[in-house]
Amino acid sequence: MSDTYLDLVNSGATKQVAKTLGLPRPARLRRTHADAVDQPLLPGPVLLLGAGAQADAAAEALLSWDLDVHRTLPQGQVGAIVLVLTELEHPEQMSDFALALGGALRSLAPSGRVVTISRPAEGAEPQVAAARHGVDGFLRSVAKELRAGGTGNGIVIHDGVAADSPGVTGALRFLLSARSAFVSGQFIHVTTPDGATPADWTRPLEGRVAVVTGAARGIGAAIAQVLSRDGAHVIGVDMPASGEQLAEVMNTVHGTALQLDITSEDAGQRILELARSRHGRLDAVVHNAGILRDKLLANMTPEKWDAVVAVNIAAQLRINEQLLAADDLGPEGLRLVSLASTSGIAGNRGQTNYGYTKAAVIGMTRSLAPRLAEQGGTANAVAPGFIETEMTAKIPPVPRQIARRANSLQQGGLPVDVAETIAFLLSPQAGGINGEVLRVCGQNLVGQ
Amino acid sequence: MASTPENTTPAVPEQASPRAAVIGSNRIPFGKAGGAYRSASNLDMLTAALSGLVARFGLQDERLGDVSAGAVLKHSRDFNLTREAVLGSGLDPHTPAFDVQRACGTSVETVWAIANKITLGQISSGIAGGVDTTSDAPIVVSDRLRKTLLRLSRAKTIQQRLALLTALRPGDLAPVAPNVNEPRTGLSMGEHQAITTRHWGITREAQDEIALASHRNLAAAYDDGLFDDLITPYRGLLRDESLRADTTAEKLAKLTPVFGKQAPDASITAGNATPLSDGAATVLLGTDTWAEERGLPVLAHVVDAESAAVDFARGEEGLLMAGAYAVPRLLARQGLGLADFDFIEIHEAFASTVLTTMAAWADEEFMSSKVGLPALGEVDRSRLNVAGSSLAAGHPFAATGARIVGTLAALLHQKKLNDGAAPSTPVRGLISVCAAGGQAVAMILEA
Repeated sequence: MSDTYLDLVNSGATKQVAKTLGLPRPARLRRTHADAVDQPLLPGPVLLLGAGAQADAAAEALLSWDLDVHRTLPQGQVGAIVLVLTELEHPEQMSDFALALGGALRSLAPSGRVVTISRPAEGAEPQVAAARHGVDGFLRSVAKELRAGGTGNGIVIHDGVAADSPGVTGALRFLLSARSAFVSGQFIHVTTPDGATPADWTRPLEGRVAVVTGAARGIGAAIAQVLSRDGAHVIGVDMPASGEQLAEVMNTVHGTALQLDITSEDAGQRILELARSRHGRLDAVVHNAGILRDKLLANMTPEKWDAVVAVNIAAQLRINEQLLAADDLGPEGLRLVSLASTSGIAGNRGQTNYGYTKAAVIGMTRSLAPRLAEQGGTANAVAPGFIETEMTAKIPPVPRQIARRANSLQQGGLPVDVAETIAFLLSPQAGGINGEVLRVCGQNLVGQ
Repeated sequence: MASTPENTTPAVPEQASPRAAVIGSNRIPFGKAGGAYRSASNLDMLTAALSGLVARFGLQDERLGDVSAGAVLKHSRDFNLTREAVLGSGLDPHTPAFDVQRACGTSVETVWAIANKITLGQISSGIAGGVDTTSDAPIVVSDRLRKTLLRLSRAKTIQQRLALLTALRPGDLAPVAPNVNEPRTGLSMGEHQAITTRHWGITREAQDEIALASHRNLAAAYDDGLFDDLITPYRGLLRDESLRADTTAEKLAKLTPVFGKQAPDASITAGNATPLSDGAATVLLGTDTWAEERGLPVLAHVVDAESAAVDFARGEEGLLMAGAYAVPRLLARQGLGLADFDFIEIHEAFASTVLTTMAAWADEEFMSSKVGLPALGEVDRSRLNVAGSSLAAGHPFAATGARIVGTLAALLHQKKLNDGAAPSTPVRGLISVCAAGGQAVAMILEA
């Protein structure tokens, strides 16, 4: 699962060779250190561009995190540039903002961050909508221009959401931090003022009980680890056949192992019973379990199609129904995160079954979002791109290299990158983020 | 790390303590000798079974009152086997542990010991278990070699060492093959059981029928998902390696006898005797309060237990017949009869052990003259070893008792839930496990 090319272009003589030849040089990304979460939050000071109430609120939040905030470009490198565009009313006004950002880009430190804060185009007058939606293409292009592990993402604040809502500050902190290492070219929509600022930003899930399916290995194991690091008690679910690895992971994260086939009729009930009896609550469920049975559609068999549907979507639907029927879950409503995939967004040859189910997950998530919101909960999806796992290690070398490099960060993500994004979506500060599909793909070249 | 605060020493009880609760269990699938666990040691397997239990019940860093387990075939280096396993299990390292060995009855004995400490109010939680490997059995060297090696360690000069070494003969270097033959008779367990089988007139067909039921019941229990909460896979093994879900009466009938072969009616075959096995099993016990505080279930309670031994050495009784004594004594003390039990678990050392034990319970003459108690009557076969037993699962000696206690507790709990009976109506299970040395341990569980 190691990326030898990335190692070579980042060390010793081969680094010089790569530089001289002008080869693509994927950077080692800044990631969260388990023993020093969010320390430091950024690799340098923050340059805050833009004016108005939203800019002031952002400045206040940044200062509260002990960051060094500048309104004009300081000497030396900056760790992040936050561009507030909420007052944008006409495309002609963009020039100043765009050029100001452009002038600062060369000062961005390795694994630095560009974050735009803007408003949604939907329902606005034509010139306003044009100005606002223009940010979409602008930011995604900026993200593609960044080098050395830098990422560019946006926060879109919907009407009725105050400048200092938990969702806005929460999303800002997530996008600035190392937690979002492999998230780039994405927009996070904060649609409601819901949510709460955590008492401790490094332990936002303290006291919460979270279920993770497919927790025995790969991305699932990483999710369990990150949720536990953030304070959650994890109930790890996996097939009885994966019990040995599941027990190992659960003992590492001080969680509870539940050997359970999620396609069984009463899977949701079994999960509920365990959470109720052991902890008296259930706050979050991560539908991570999924399978691949790749085959061109022309050669597809009923077994391969049906197995993928049963595990990747039908089981989630059934479990969700059983969970939603319960009225004694956590005090803050149920938080759901389902694993979608870039294959479910852009499609992938040989993955009609997988792509179908992963797009179905997105459909389900959007439908569940308002339903869960009634009880204070949320439903979101995370769509990983190429992630270095046991599963992707089985892809033949050449296609694997191509898949790895086909994103702005020119490398595969790690399971922990997906896990960090999920942990954010389950956190109290993300309460105003609902029905979103957040990609963790290093800005994959396909799809949005 | 400090001790877990919740698990302080329980207060001296004012009245008799409640009975110990069986909270749950975990075992690894049992392997065949030389099979999936051929390179696993007793310590590896016991640690795996304990770790799985810790993961299932979220016991990481929990300080338990005590842990007791043991092994029948044990290396001398494993003198502190259970404590070593605890240290590798994820439990709070302040959890004490001790080793026990009562042959095949070892882990019924450890359940009994832990349950007694709980019932006496001395501890509020504990784990009982057992492990055995025939693949990684200790090899014993000849007595002459052993004594020479000991003298060598005390020798002071090169001359003394050379003298000791030259005194060794090639024959002294041959290892002594491990076996569990009875030291007093020199007979293997199979040869002993062949004598008992003939004495009670047990037929080959009756034995094969027990074996077939064991495989079918175990396979059905796996298919029903009973073991999803009782077993954690290990080293790629997902089910017991000896289980043959597709075996038939015809296949079993074709096997040639392996014990008591000098007699024309020899009937014990590889199909109706337990295979040599590797594996480990553990059971979590505690007070109801301890379980409730952690949101853990109470599957059943340990009601009572009884051990017995017979004088097989002088030929007065069959080696594996002590269950015919332990169970009637236990039932008499509790004022219960066979009909009071919903499940009866008789360890299948051999299919014929089950049959001779049941025959003895029903035999008026035997019961009055030898046990001194009234006959127990016939066992309802539909209640016997309903989730399979040692013939199909295998029999890692010291692990078998904990396997049976764990399975039976789950069956009792399931029946109690499914029957929807009044909480006051007990669902009971009876266990009888025979052991080397003419011993047996019997136990009653109740849900």
